[in-house]
Amino acid sequence: MGLHLELRNVSKAYGGHLAASDVSFGIERGKLIGLLGPSGGGKSTLLRILAGLETPDTGDILINGKRVNDVAPQERGIGFVFQNYALFKHMNVFDNIAFGLTIRKAKKAEIAERVNELLDLTGLRGFEKRYPHQLSGGQRQRVAFARALAPRPELLLLDEPFAAIDAKVRKELRTWLKQLIETIGITSIFVTHDQDEAVEVADEMLIVQQGRLEQQGTPVDVYTAPKTAFVAGFIGQSQIIAQPRELVGFGDIALPETGRAIIRPEFVEAGRPHEMTTPSASAKGTVRRVFFRGAHLELEIDLGGNRLAAHRSLDQEPIQPGEEVSVLIHRIYVVTDHNAVMVENPLKVDPLPVHI
Amino acid sequence: MAGAVTAHLSDSASVRPKHVTEKPIVRWLLTGIALLFLGFVVLLPLVAVFVEAFQQGVNLYWASITDPDAVAALKLTLITALISVPLNTVFGIAAAWAITKFRFRGKNFLITLIDLPFSISPVISGLIFVLLFGAQGWFGPWLDSHDIQILFALPGIVLATTFVTFPFVARELIPLMQAQGVQEEEAAASLGAKGWQIFFRVTLPNIKWGLLYGIILCNARAMGEFGAVSVVSGHIRGETNTLPLHVEILYNEYQFSASFAVASLLVFLALITLGVKSFVEWKSAQRAKGGEANGTAS
Amino acid sequence: MKGSKARSVLPGFGLSMGFTVFYLCVLVLIPLAGLVVKTTGLTWEQFWNTVTSGRVLASYRISFLTAFFAALINLAFGLLVAWVLVRYRFPGKKLIDSLVDLPFALPTAVAGIALTAIYAPNGWIGSLLDPLGIKIAFTPLGITIALIFIGLPFVVRTVQPVLQDFERETEEAAVMLGAYRWRTFRRVILPELVPALLTGFALAFARGLGEYGSVVFISGNMPLKTEITPLLIMTKLEQYDYSGATAIALVMLLASFLMLLFINYLQWRSNRRAIAD
Repeated sequence: MGLHLELRNVSKAYGGHLAASDVSFGIERGKLIGLLGPSGGGKSTLLRILAGLETPDTGDILINGKRVNDVAPQERGIGFVFQNYALFKHMNVFDNIAFGLTIRKAKKAEIAERVNELLDLTGLRGFEKRYPHQLSGGQRQRVAFARALAPRPELLLLDEPFAAIDAKVRKELRTWLKQLIETIGITSIFVTHDQDEAVEVADEMLIVQQGRLEQQGTPVDVYTAPKTAFVAGFIGQSQIIAQPRELVGFGDIALPETGRAIIRPEFVEAGRPHEMTTPSASAKGTVRRVFFRGAHLELEIDLGGNRLAAHRSLDQEPIQPGEEVSVLIHRIYVVTDHNAVMVENPLKVDPLPVHI
Repeated sequence: MAGAVTAHLSDSASVRPKHVTEKPIVRWLLTGIALLFLGFVVLLPLVAVFVEAFQQGVNLYWASITDPDAVAALKLTLITALISVPLNTVFGIAAAWAITKFRFRGKNFLITLIDLPFSISPVISGLIFVLLFGAQGWFGPWLDSHDIQILFALPGIVLATTFVTFPFVARELIPLMQAQGVQEEEAAASLGAKGWQIFFRVTLPNIKWGLLYGIILCNARAMGEFGAVSVVSGHIRGETNTLPLHVEILYNEYQFSASFAVASLLVFLALITLGVKSFVEWKSAQRAKGGEANGTAS
Repeated sequence: MKGSKARSVLPGFGLSMGFTVFYLCVLVLIPLAGLVVKTTGLTWEQFWNTVTSGRVLASYRISFLTAFFAALINLAFGLLVAWVLVRYRFPGKKLIDSLVDLPFALPTAVAGIALTAIYAPNGWIGSLLDPLGIKIAFTPLGITIALIFIGLPFVVRTVQPVLQDFERETEEAAVMLGAYRWRTFRRVILPELVPALLTGFALAFARGLGEYGSVVFISGNMPLKTEITPLLIMTKLEQYDYSGATAIALVMLLASFLMLLFINYLQWRSNRRAIAD
């Protein structure tokens, strides 16, 4: 399968602010891509550049290997779902979905057939005569989705598709959207600032920050092998330790001068000494606080002046704040300003750090 | 209602990428037509007043506006405005307070009633007072026997003017106070502020610019009212002629330059009103900007 | 009105409401009631004969038609002016924006004599058109022009905020679905402006029906030809025909009420939609 969509060295500035800085990436046909990053990091700008709603200052946009910079947004064959849906308030659900087809002067019967198909697909059957103000947030989103799909676009772009929806409905809608996109098999890119959402829904993630593309990869890749300091810190829950050498087990390894360590709670084991798998690699710490996190407990541990978080199963014996515990750090990410390196605890397994 | 301080022209809204705006030539064409239309319909009459006023020289202009009859008309106009504007201001504040700070049934009906004078022809507005106080009116005989003159005198002119300009302050304040809600007043009340304290310390500072524009607009209409006042005034020169009526009399006597000279005074009044409106809009736009900077976008 | 003010901790409901209702009654409702009562002094036949006599019917027709066409022209040009003011940038825009309110602030009599000076046969524009056989002042055309002047701000100021708040995303949605500029305007923007346009039209029309000051100078006041209804009321008053004036006024008042109801209905409908959104 060739690349469906490609961005080459795209930059865009607003005034003095760089919203996209030399961004290049390629996307294979049929993939569902999550464009993830902090608010104001340039995700939406990239999406709008793809759609043709913004013009890049430099760089090329290729669809199916053809440069489309000069193709009007109307002709790019892209479906776009807007953050606030941007439904046409004066049209009912049917007319909203039919809009793209009527613009293309499709035949009445053809329009009716396609709209009905989408009404069934999105579960909106029975709502076709309603107006947007008579629908719930989730229903409006489905209408926006159906409307974007109606003209059979090759590519679907979704700008924060779940941002305006209640947390409860959001989860259902995510699963629904993922299944639907898989069924249709359309290449899709959605923007989100919520990493759970990106991890759960996307086949592949693009992490964007300050207009730069930080990393492209599957959620597992990005999570286990962050390539930059930003990604290591942004993805997952983490603590930053300024002096990694102070950590038991990591004293002898070759570390860059300016390196800091990022530690994730899932790689920190904490408990009474007899519970530890490798007691020799453990350090002593004090439990400061214990939080109930639903499926597990989270311990906040003071380890030689550093604060660490560790997970503990609810099945294990409870630990009280103030108790002294053994702490084993299985893995850290050593990051400099430019890159991130994963380091396994050498006392525990292999003495060689793994470079990525 | 038109005239309310609502629209803020933001520059950012005008810089639009090409797929959501028209081709330059279409833009220029539309702008040109709009400006031409405004030029003919609005600007030309404005210019005409001044050109006609000065056509026979500055001396005649000066003589026209210092003529005893003109001065008397100006005085009457000022007195009328001085009575009816404060009355309508107090009413406007009271009505806006009752309507926006409390919930009660029939609120929309009350707003419609307040709007009523807007939709009534000024001639009818004058007529209703003739029917009440005229020789054949309800109170006519009684007034006559007690030798009280309402019609064709100051009280009648004030009544008609007050009726016509009745909704202006209320209409300006209601949307403004509705948008501001009751939270600040409730907070003040919970901190122990009493009735008038709440109003003067919390509400008034929030509405002062809107109130100012309401008063200025009310004043402009009060000084400029023609139809209603024309019905009740009796057109007695030097006595019951307001400025607009004086303009009419001079015009009908073919003293065109004098007529336009007096009219130009009223044009100044209108221009000041527009200036105040722009100022108030600028002020409230600044407030909105400040609010956004504090993270409380309105 | 009962049981509702208990919810508020704010003071002054009794005072402000009391004063509002009192003032409203004394100044507006009682005088208006006087008008209605006065007409009941007429028999039905007298009333009917008065309000349907030839000259009166002609005045309705002139008032209605000129107000209608003026509002129609304002509908088109008001939309254009609002569009240009909201969407485009050009020097002096702020000034021109405030100029739109001039008809609102300018005394109607001043507008009347100024327009007459321009469009009279010896006036600035009138003298150019007179040789071509086109007469504006002292014809229904002149009345229409005066009413265009009076009604313009109503359309511009009702459409402008709606256009200002129009979300760009909605337009972009149409773009992404393949619509170019004209179709986006026709199919997406214009329909959403319809309530505001209708309201503006109705306001301008209602104002035009009752307008007096700006029209009397330019109309020429020829019975059956350029005599508007408010002027006819005035004429009857000057002839001390109070009952005649009152009867016609009542008809006009009814027309105004209908317009007011219609305008309120329009606003209620678009408010309801805004709240549901």
